[in-house]
Amino acid sequence: MARTMFEKIWARHVVAEGPGGQTLLYIDRHLLHEGSTAAFVRLARTGRRVRRPDLCVATADHYVLTSPGAPAPDAEIRDMVQSLGDNTARQGIVYFGQGDARRGIVHVIGPEQGLTLPGMVLVCGDSHTATHGALGALAFGIGSSEVEHVLATQTLWQRKPKTMRITVDGRLGAGVSAKDVILAIIARISAAGGVGHALEYAGAVFGAMSMAERLTVCNMSIEAGARCGMVAPDETTYAYIKGRPFAPDGEAWERAVAYWKTLPSDAGAAFDREVRVDGAQLAPTVTWGTSPQDALPITGRVPDPAATADAGRRASLERALAYMGLSAGMALTDVTVDRVFIGSCTNSRLEDLRAAAAVAKGRRAVVPAWIVPGSGLVKEAAEREGLDRIFREAGFEWREAGCSMCVGMNGETARERERVASTSNRNFEGRQGKGARTHLMSPAMAAAAAVTGRLTDVRQL
Amino acid sequence: MQAFTRLTAAAAPIDLPNVDTDRVIPARFLRKPQGSAGYERFLFHDVRFDADGKERPEFVLNQPGFRGAKIVVAAENFGCGSSREAAVWALAAYGVRVVIAPSLGDIFHQNCGKNGVLAVILPAEIVAGLRRELHARPGATLSVDLEAQTVTAPDGAVHRFEIDPFRKQMLLSGQDDIGLTLGYEAQIAAFEASHRAAPPWLSAAP
Repeated sequence: MARTMFEKIWARHVVAEGPGGQTLLYIDRHLLHEGSTAAFVRLARTGRRVRRPDLCVATADHYVLTSPGAPAPDAEIRDMVQSLGDNTARQGIVYFGQGDARRGIVHVIGPEQGLTLPGMVLVCGDSHTATHGALGALAFGIGSSEVEHVLATQTLWQRKPKTMRITVDGRLGAGVSAKDVILAIIARISAAGGVGHALEYAGAVFGAMSMAERLTVCNMSIEAGARCGMVAPDETTYAYIKGRPFAPDGEAWERAVAYWKTLPSDAGAAFDREVRVDGAQLAPTVTWGTSPQDALPITGRVPDPAATADAGRRASLERALAYMGLSAGMALTDVTVDRVFIGSCTNSRLEDLRAAAAVAKGRRAVVPAWIVPGSGLVKEAAEREGLDRIFREAGFEWREAGCSMCVGMNGETARERERVASTSNRNFEGRQGKGARTHLMSPAMAAAAAVTGRLTDVRQL
Repeated sequence: MQAFTRLTAAAAPIDLPNVDTDRVIPARFLRKPQGSAGYERFLFHDVRFDADGKERPEFVLNQPGFRGAKIVVAAENFGCGSSREAAVWALAAYGVRVVIAPSLGDIFHQNCGKNGVLAVILPAEIVAGLRRELHARPGATLSVDLEAQTVTAPDGAVHRFEIDPFRKQMLLSGQDDIGLTLGYEAQIAAFEASHRAAPPWLSAAP
């Protein structure tokens, strides 16, 4: 019977069928960050051991400061990084800590190091773990109790989700990026559209994308409600993986590729839901509200709550506009910004920085603008290309790797009512700091906002 | 884990759809140890308290009848976004034992069950009806019976809900699922042996 890629990977990882229709699923790779501390504490309290420390890899990203040399604002923040170092050392887990160029955002370094491979089941205590699905892995975010469960057993109890295929055909227009594609998809299916589903992104647009672009798309699957989202591995995938530090090589490489080629969904495989989007219709996209589904082409206007029939939806729109400090009907290109953040597990890879630098080059940022590379290695590669010089000359701030202002756990937050053009993934109330207002967009669009001080159609720049 | 069997308690309606876990507990509280003193104050902190730490009267849990509610009746996609289990820890610290919604964020849904919080999924129109009843009669109670899989509304209407039998059993017994899984050690070890033999790069040490 024709099977989806999801079903093939799932079936290969079934340890046991358990009670009540749940499956005990084997986990090939467990990525850890500072948020794993509570799980280590509970594990120690119950006297349980880490079953397979050799399948875990840890890095510090959420709580590390990205302004080098600055004192930690808070002993608790410093302790979050310290305890990860202590716990991983105690358990014999590979750890990329401060001072190691391989340190970076967990969803950047997994693929970068060749730790993420097609056909794997990979988990991490972070909702953006779907990112790794770009390589054809089944990757999903888990809570702290599940982190503890994986540490103790290398397995998880899961109920098989439904499947949804999102096909984007056609060709993207100039200035339209992977970020625009995924924002448009979320706007289309809603922030709840993928709940209970495993997504597969298919069609010519994803086939033509680089790995960095696919990683951006899969990263935001959770913003459509889906725990995982994946792209079938192909020549682009293999070329990306080959030669990475933890990737198989020699005879194992040949066997691996042969296996990976069996993974893509069979022709005729049935999905529980199918969504089709015409890539040629997409435009550079920005969010105006407080959910990632509140996304529109940059040529659009802020929606009018009065035009909404449903009372609940109207109340939610009114609240979003009040929080965002926007008025109905306003052209998006009239919205001024106070700050720009280019980074996060969505858009902090070398290609993202190149796209931003291409816009910044020879121009001048008129608002504070941060560039936060996704890893120490991304930073080094960018510096070898001179991107740091371009950014500095354009008045952007070139920083160290980390999650930084996407989530502000390390204290790097925007101020109350500050409006941020951001390449991150969430425009929730308070996400980038209490009272901060976030507009999501691509790196090129964020750089354009930095040099004009307002939301800008990068195609018009 | 605290077991859940049945509960009759005051319920609070939260009408906004897509309430994300950043709103349930802002990121700056995630470095506070789970279960530390005052944890309940982190729940909905920035919509519940003003800059001076005073209650915002417009927030539902600050209103008579809803304060101290042990049941939350929410809207679509409650608990979306971040995987932070602290969202459930904060709800539980406040005393919430049941979240009723038309849909929940998948990870939040999973996290509820690990902390003795019962997640009840009911059709959107039924949940909206419950919220209307609660607005009309603040302090009205709901009865939730996990064994029978029913929610009894203030007006006496009984709504049956579906729940994953596995989650139901774990909640009823309060059992630790790691303990259960460790009972599968033989299967896990056998799986690892065959998994390693087939595509070795999948389980190779990095």
